[in-house]
Amino acid sequence: MRRVVITGAGTINALGHSVPATLEAMREGRCGIGPLDFRDVERLSVRIGGQVTDYDPEAEFNRQQIALYDRFTQFTLLAAREAIAQSGLDFHGDLAARAGVVLGTAGGGVQTWDENYRAVYEEGKNRVHPFVVPKLMNNAACSHVSMEYNLKGPSFTVATACASSNHAMGQAFAMVRSGMTPVMVTGGSESMLCFGGVKAWEGLRVMSKDACRPFSLGRSGMVQGEGAGIFVFEDYEHARARGAEMLAEVVGFAMTSDAADIVMPSKQGAARAIAGAMKDAGVSRDAVGYINAHGTGTAANDKTECAAVADVFGPHADALMISSTKSMHGHLIGGTGAVELLACIMALRDGVIAPTIGYEEPDPECALDVVPNEAREAKVDVVLSNAFAFGGLNAVLALRKI
Amino acid sequence: MDEAIREKVVRIIAEQAVVEPSDVSMDQTLEDLGIDSLGLVESIFAIEEEFDIQVPFNANDPSQSDFDISSVAAIVTAVEGLVADRKAG
Repeated sequence: MRRVVITGAGTINALGHSVPATLEAMREGRCGIGPLDFRDVERLSVRIGGQVTDYDPEAEFNRQQIALYDRFTQFTLLAAREAIAQSGLDFHGDLAARAGVVLGTAGGGVQTWDENYRAVYEEGKNRVHPFVVPKLMNNAACSHVSMEYNLKGPSFTVATACASSNHAMGQAFAMVRSGMTPVMVTGGSESMLCFGGVKAWEGLRVMSKDACRPFSLGRSGMVQGEGAGIFVFEDYEHARARGAEMLAEVVGFAMTSDAADIVMPSKQGAARAIAGAMKDAGVSRDAVGYINAHGTGTAANDKTECAAVADVFGPHADALMISSTKSMHGHLIGGTGAVELLACIMALRDGVIAPTIGYEEPDPECALDVVPNEAREAKVDVVLSNAFAFGGLNAVLALRKI
Repeated sequence: MDEAIREKVVRIIAEQAVVEPSDVSMDQTLEDLGIDSLGLVESIFAIEEEFDIQVPFNANDPSQSDFDISSVAAIVTAVEGLVADRKAG
């Protein structure tokens, strides 16, 4: 088995248009959640979200590209540009033939669905743009990254709701570790902050109207975000041979299915995924210093997640730190694990633990060190990133300092 | 208690519980009727559609909502209030 390292990272999300901007916001505990701004927002009862602001697609892409790139694809390409530039890789010859892209998204081109349903249903039009289908398909972002960077190896998109990115990165990890490919571009993206996207979530009645306050007593639900996180996963020997900078090592991954309920999480399912990732990584529970929580800010997730962590870690649960950065960037659904992996890399590389902001009062059912409101300096060697999806599909990654 | 409202609410709850309306009594809780959190959210939706009202209900913490769901009778009373508000508004 080969060792797998991360040699590039890129993002765009409500906290910033790059990794340095995002990490600075996380260090400062800044909140990227604000009033939503899009057509028909006044017909929603939930009007806040972690929207990407100060963003002009026309400054980044030409007219032909915009005709083909849904917002989730645009975000993916911008994050991929930053990640691949940082890696210093140039894909040609044998490397291009073997390197691929595996990405996560839950909804794909939701904005494209929304705009075109509006055109045919509300506006009564009987004709849509010829590229609606290639623009909205879930694999559009993956395919455009492969075309842009000449990545001709194994490439696909996975959709497991809120765990999509973690499942995608778990696949990339397994593929590089097995020797199938020396390099994979991976991560995920989501952009469903539009009338139809938010209206659908409103129906579930788990959305907060004021703030995302994970683990805090009085929390009122989740807040949706948007954006992308993209990484370059590379065979350690391949990276070392070319003298690449290594951001962190990916050491373990596990996935489980609750096989229980379509929306309610299961402590056992979450605990099996957490324990599985540590087993796969060959690390003891005492070695884990930080967990980037799924931490959605719903009553159901937060208490189940804390109970699962307490079960798996026993007394060490009180020693480790666990925070939810969704309090700052919102829940990026299929892209969330990718943006949250940045907090894991910051913990390992910079010794800074991103906080859970908006924290008001301790909840006895979430009695862990959730790093409330302010970032903390701490040296950690092993971290985990949790993702637990609707449908009971769980995916946990383990990273180690390098 | 408004009979027409009571009848409609009971019908909605009975449908969720997969029982006959005649088997639903006013003092029962949704739990007694075997309605889980998903069933509750569906019932609230059906009530909103039936009466053209907005029910203030957050599934995160139903006990903190302004809408009393502690029994079938409480739900009927709460719906009566919302229907009256709508007519007054």
